[in-house]
Amino acid sequence: MKTLLSGNEAVARGAYESGVSVASAYPGTPSTEILETIASNFPEIYAEWSPNEKVAFEVGVGCSFAGGRALVAMKHVGVNVAADPLFTLSYTGVRGGFVLVSADDPGMHSSQNEQDNRNYARFAKVPMLDPSDSQEAKDFVLRAFQLSEQFDVPVILHSTTRIAHSKSLVELGERVEMAPPQGFIKDCQKFVMIPAHGRRRHAIVEERLKKLREYSDECSLQRMEIMDEEIGIITSGISYQYCREVLPQASILKLGIIYPLPENLIREFAGRVKKLYVVEELDPFFEEQIREMGLDVQGIGKRLGELSPDVLAESFRDAGARNTARMQEDDHPDIQLPARPPAMCPGCPHRSVFYVLKKKKLTVTGDIGCYTLSVLPPLETMDTCVCMGASIGTAMGIEKATHRSDNVVAVIGDSTFVHSGITGLVDMVYNKSKGTVIILDNETTAMTGRQEHPGTGRTLMGEETTRIKLLDLARSLGVEYVKEVNPYNLDELESVLDEAINLDKLAVLVTNQPCLLLRRSREVQIVEVDQDLCIGCQLCLRLGCPAISSITPDDKKARIDPSLCSGCMVCVQICRSKAILPVTNDE
Amino acid sequence: MSGVTNIILTGVGGQGILMASEIISEAAVQVGYDVKKSEIHGMAQRGGSVNSHVRFGEKVYSPLVMKGDCDLLLAFEKLEALRMASFIKEDGAIIVNDQQVNPSTVASGAATYPENIEEILNIHFKSVTFIDALKIAKAAGDPRAANTALLGAASKLLSIPVEIWEDAISRRVPKRAIEVNLKSFYMGQQDSGL
Repeated sequence: MKTLLSGNEAVARGAYESGVSVASAYPGTPSTEILETIASNFPEIYAEWSPNEKVAFEVGVGCSFAGGRALVAMKHVGVNVAADPLFTLSYTGVRGGFVLVSADDPGMHSSQNEQDNRNYARFAKVPMLDPSDSQEAKDFVLRAFQLSEQFDVPVILHSTTRIAHSKSLVELGERVEMAPPQGFIKDCQKFVMIPAHGRRRHAIVEERLKKLREYSDECSLQRMEIMDEEIGIITSGISYQYCREVLPQASILKLGIIYPLPENLIREFAGRVKKLYVVEELDPFFEEQIREMGLDVQGIGKRLGELSPDVLAESFRDAGARNTARMQEDDHPDIQLPARPPAMCPGCPHRSVFYVLKKKKLTVTGDIGCYTLSVLPPLETMDTCVCMGASIGTAMGIEKATHRSDNVVAVIGDSTFVHSGITGLVDMVYNKSKGTVIILDNETTAMTGRQEHPGTGRTLMGEETTRIKLLDLARSLGVEYVKEVNPYNLDELESVLDEAINLDKLAVLVTNQPCLLLRRSREVQIVEVDQDLCIGCQLCLRLGCPAISSITPDDKKARIDPSLCSGCMVCVQICRSKAILPVTNDE
Repeated sequence: MSGVTNIILTGVGGQGILMASEIISEAAVQVGYDVKKSEIHGMAQRGGSVNSHVRFGEKVYSPLVMKGDCDLLLAFEKLEALRMASFIKEDGAIIVNDQQVNPSTVASGAATYPENIEEILNIHFKSVTFIDALKIAKAAGDPRAANTALLGAASKLLSIPVEIWEDAISRRVPKRAIEVNLKSFYMGQQDSGL
């Protein structure tokens, strides 16, 4: 009996069927559902949200060293955070199998870059598997663990948004019976990477790579589909599906293990087809290696953005494989349509903070979360956003370069702060910053779907636990000026911000209103714009609240959509004409 | 690819698009088809567009519908219907929920919501049906069942037996909402004029 599963759900199922002991992760699109599915469905697996991907990875390392199978999942940029332990785990090797799931985001549907994590396999000298649908996403998990244990190496399971979030049919299997982890067995030469030991292990790594190359050549995960020999395509992952869709008759070498490449198989395939192509998303990872082998290959794909069957069809047309690609006619209406960008929800507690920061014309070094949306019009009040936790270090750098601290504010969310803002704040204390940091504490990891984190007091499994109190944390780090502030109270917000900026001392402000979507209350006092009192100044529109709009471009008065208003009352405080008033409920 | 039915659902976050997409997919699986569907979760809650592609047939490779290949566009909002126009086959069908949700660019006055969306669609496509799914759902008993009203209309164009629709809806919607969703589905079937 087959079930429709997303790639993420299938990976979770694969973890279950592989007898995984520990699964750890930090939320990150498109990987988030892996741990959520494990937590909801498979109590046999210990599942945790870790504060960040490095810790998540290290928890997995411990499980593996103790003899248990570990699965660690993250988005592509998460691997950057976990890279330190990854590279050295490649040297130590494993005990219980270790699988890292890297869910990449070609096209940056919700990421700050579209780095191609296939490069990590080559750099860290570890094998990488690349499933093409949900069935493979599940099946490859077990293969990855087997590979990991056979060759004493961490294995990366590669995924992309289209695999992770697309659904396809999966035949389920049984959970493999694993002996409980035997516990840690001393082996300093293997586990302690002082230089003397590391040098020995490096030699082992290079030997292992040779054996992995042979394995890759013989592995059943590599599939040669010989059909029309005019065109031969080497491909993997979701690109395989697009190739089959657009060129149903082409010969394809479908790679399941994409590092190391199966060189002999590739040469054999190249010899059997007239013209050799490689189809891949983002970097010419395959193309360059295949050229290095001395083979003549044409790369089809995009360096920028996501591949799609449409783009592929066009690329093959342009490459001259016209007869075999399907023709697309493009005579459809081509009108400029209003964009529909995302926005912070009506009533979001972050909105007023940025409104006030903008009013004060401050430079805002920002970070990653729902609040990143403050960069969009009309607020346009985030000036930098590079990676998780960067807001604080960046503000510090600006301060030290310009010798001014009263015109820059670092803004960071609660989950982001725990992830990688704490060390930035330590730097500010230690290296004598006089700047201001605002921690937006909405009591959740919101953008990825409202997950728990160490500051919420609940685990992934919903259990109560010690809550890390951010105010106390800041004080215990040595920050003297630490204040809590209600972002819905504009006067309070402005006066505390003024005080903090002009203090000439390091200041940390923590907002204290939860994410609106956490509130279950149906009792909301909504507001409306009195059309007689409204003078059409449009000051309220500068909030960018989705509930507030102007009536028409000509009639500049504002109106509030009663189905969207959440009753936060921020616009009420902004309106100079006192034209926004509570709606009296007479239903 | 011949033999594959291509459906795109589109609209704004919060309209129940992904639920509708789950129901169609579930129904297609029950009929015995190979099914693939694709969706972007990202920005649904934050008022952005939501699209889901559903493809079913004997064998489906790509989870994405290609431009000009879409047999049925099920649009929960008018502007999003127009935005996806380039995907639709010339003789494909469009069912649109007659609802306007202003994007932030329109609310702020930076852009204008196109008028005459129905007219524009009718010029380029032969089968365009506008229905007031919200009105149907309210009459059935719950405005949140607007998505199943649209599915009711869509069911007139897809060769999936009604028992399979009923089963899929019953398995996917919250237990307490099964009855009202089924009612909304039947009313959508009747009121669609298809």
